[in-house]
Amino acid sequence: MYLWMAKGRVKVFEGRCKSCGLCVAACPMKVLRISERINDKGYRPAEQFKEGCIACKMCAVTCPDVAIEVFRIDEV
Amino acid sequence: MKEVRIFERPRSMADVTTHYCPGCTHGIAHRLVAEVIDELGIQETTVGVAPVGCAVFIYNYIDTDMYEAAHGRGPAVATACKRIRPDLTVFTYQGDGDLASIGLAEVAHAANRGENITVIFINNAIYGMTGGQMAPTTLLGQKATTCPLGREAKVNGYPMRVAEMLATLAAPGYIARVSVAKPKFILEAKKAVRKAFETQIAGKGFSLVEILSTCPTNWGMLPVEATDWLVEKMIPFYPLGEFKVPE
Amino acid sequence: MGEKVLMKGNEALAEAAIQAGCRYFFGYPITPQNEIPEYMSRRLPEVGGVYLQAESEVASINMVFGGAGTGERVMTSSSSPGISLMSEGISYIAGAELPCVIMNIVRGGPGLGGILPAQSDYFQATRGGGHGDYRLLVLAPSTLQEAVDLTMEAFDLAEIYRNPVMILGDGFMGQMMEAVEFKPAPERKLPDKRDRAVGYRARRGKRALVKSLYLDPAALEAHNMKLKAKYDLMADRETRHESYLVDDAEYVVAAYGTTARIARSAVRLLRDEGIAAGMVRPITVFPFPYAPFQNLGSQVKEVLAVEMSCGQMIDDVRIGVAGKVPVSFFGRVGGVAPTVDEIAEAVRRLRKS
Ligand SMILES: Cc1ncc(C[n+]2csc(CCOP(=O)(O)OP(=O)(O)O)c2C)c(N)n1
Ligand code: SF4
Ligand code: SF4
Ligand code: SF4
Ligand SMILES: [Mg+2]
Repeated sequence: MYLWMAKGRVKVFEGRCKSCGLCVAACPMKVLRISERINDKGYRPAEQFKEGCIACKMCAVTCPDVAIEVFRIDEV
Repeated sequence: MKEVRIFERPRSMADVTTHYCPGCTHGIAHRLVAEVIDELGIQETTVGVAPVGCAVFIYNYIDTDMYEAAHGRGPAVATACKRIRPDLTVFTYQGDGDLASIGLAEVAHAANRGENITVIFINNAIYGMTGGQMAPTTLLGQKATTCPLGREAKVNGYPMRVAEMLATLAAPGYIARVSVAKPKFILEAKKAVRKAFETQIAGKGFSLVEILSTCPTNWGMLPVEATDWLVEKMIPFYPLGEFKVPE
Repeated sequence: MGEKVLMKGNEALAEAAIQAGCRYFFGYPITPQNEIPEYMSRRLPEVGGVYLQAESEVASINMVFGGAGTGERVMTSSSSPGISLMSEGISYIAGAELPCVIMNIVRGGPGLGGILPAQSDYFQATRGGGHGDYRLLVLAPSTLQEAVDLTMEAFDLAEIYRNPVMILGDGFMGQMMEAVEFKPAPERKLPDKRDRAVGYRARRGKRALVKSLYLDPAALEAHNMKLKAKYDLMADRETRHESYLVDDAEYVVAAYGTTARIARSAVRLLRDEGIAAGMVRPITVFPFPYAPFQNLGSQVKEVLAVEMSCGQMIDDVRIGVAGKVPVSFFGRVGGVAPTVDEIAEAVRRLRKS
């Protein structure tokens, strides 16, 4: 599956996340969710909970708090 | 295997947590402005003008020289700054109360004079900062704390389409309406913001990007619901697109 | 230099501003000061400046805010109703500690009032007008030459104190013709305009933030106290007045601006009649010269405040006199100036009562 697509992963800066869920809704691969943890501002940060990220950046583009960085994983 | 970072915080966006409510799309609009400033390499020579409204603290988030203007007066402040220092890139960032209500004269005349400035106009159909009162852009039937039964045309007139109105003027160079409700709209919004700044840099006169934005808190919705509402209710009344492009 | 030219008041004020280095003017037409923007629209392009007619006084003053933020010398001019509209912006300028000059060629009010000269905006000029704990440095010239001299200084004062300076004139001054000489202001050490201005980030290595918002009460209190210290310093250093024949005066007239010019003739007339009259003339009305009233000699029997208002500056005169002698009032309003005879008669009446 998705062999033609890039492989990626995201890093959520948990302290910046406000648990709004916009990234979860934006992810076409459904690899994001709101976690059970609570950050120091009292929000449950988003997390990537499974493989399958295609590095499409939709989550980061839609995050109002710039809490997400996206990495593309290149096979070398 | 090699990891390449393909999305990170723009340099011009200060590394701080914003005061915005969860899911408020003001933050997305800020980031687009910061990305464009970075891409054009103009951080050192850009001056922003903050509004009175939820975005007043944009001066803490966009890392450029900044003014904080009186409610609605941003375009007047920007006008003088740009007239005196044409070498700088000057933008205002204004809400719909700030721009379309109390500051309508300032923005209309700056546009009409063709002031070579860029206006980023956040239309969230509500007064966010003061707690959800009706704005000139509030939709018919939409509830606000000062129209609890919903806006009625008989009493409050119709929602105002600012982009179209200003596009009737001769002088403006670039006028567009975009949205930051969903990723595909955000990518379009970014292009418009960039075009607006490029219009200014090319000396082609007044540019304005109206950005349809959410206010989950005062709309009484969850953030994702608010983006859906924007798409279903706002976009049909406020069509997206370019209303004026530089020749 | 050293050459006298015959000019109309408003034009002399405008030329003085240009000679003081002002290159940017933002304004909106209103009688009786229209010659200022008209002159500026002609002259500023000649000297590489910008004249811009704003859509309102609200816009003009906010353009002044934006212009002052660049560190350049900017000004506006208006008359009473226009100054009312500017009040919000003036408060923001004071709050953001921006230098600028505002010329106010006062006309009668309230409301649309009339277009003839008045001094009925003394409270507005000296007590704020806008909101918040702020003060303007208010210069109240009495002759055209003094108006020119004070304008030449006003821009320096604005920069030194980072505060708006108001030239408080009236329609007589604006419309009269008089020979004036443009002399450079006394040299003062001025702060570097780039210190806090926008547009110098690369040079300064730090961004500029022009603002008046302090949401944290401790920060706002500190800001308010800093402003207060500045106003106190102005009071210490910039308070100006003229005492005219006061040393042996039994009756002291207090008057400023055009009224003082008329009162001076009245004092001379009274002296000719053998009445020991004198005059204290505030040149700055904020800071107000309380000292000459505090220090009036024991021979003084009464002070008469004369104004083209129903009695506004008299409040400051009373603060200065502090109850030592009676303070009474004579005024004409509505665009009517008191005559020399009327003022002299008002003083004569004091002697009889
Ligand atoms: C002269 C003046 N009037 C009223 C206010 C109060 N006020 C602050 S923000 C605001 C409305 C802001 O709404 P909008 O511009 O839509 O911005 P938003 O918060 O929705 O982003 C008002 C009325 C003010 N600060 N100044
Ligand atoms: S980059 Fe794309 S696929 Fe990966 S988590 Fe974000 S939205 Fe999902
Ligand atoms: S969009 Fe950003 S703030 Fe919202 S849940 Fe995702 S990471 Fe958190
Ligand atoms: S009140 Fe509305 S506009 Fe203001 S920060 Fe909250 S969600 Fe955003
Ligand atoms: Mg709003």
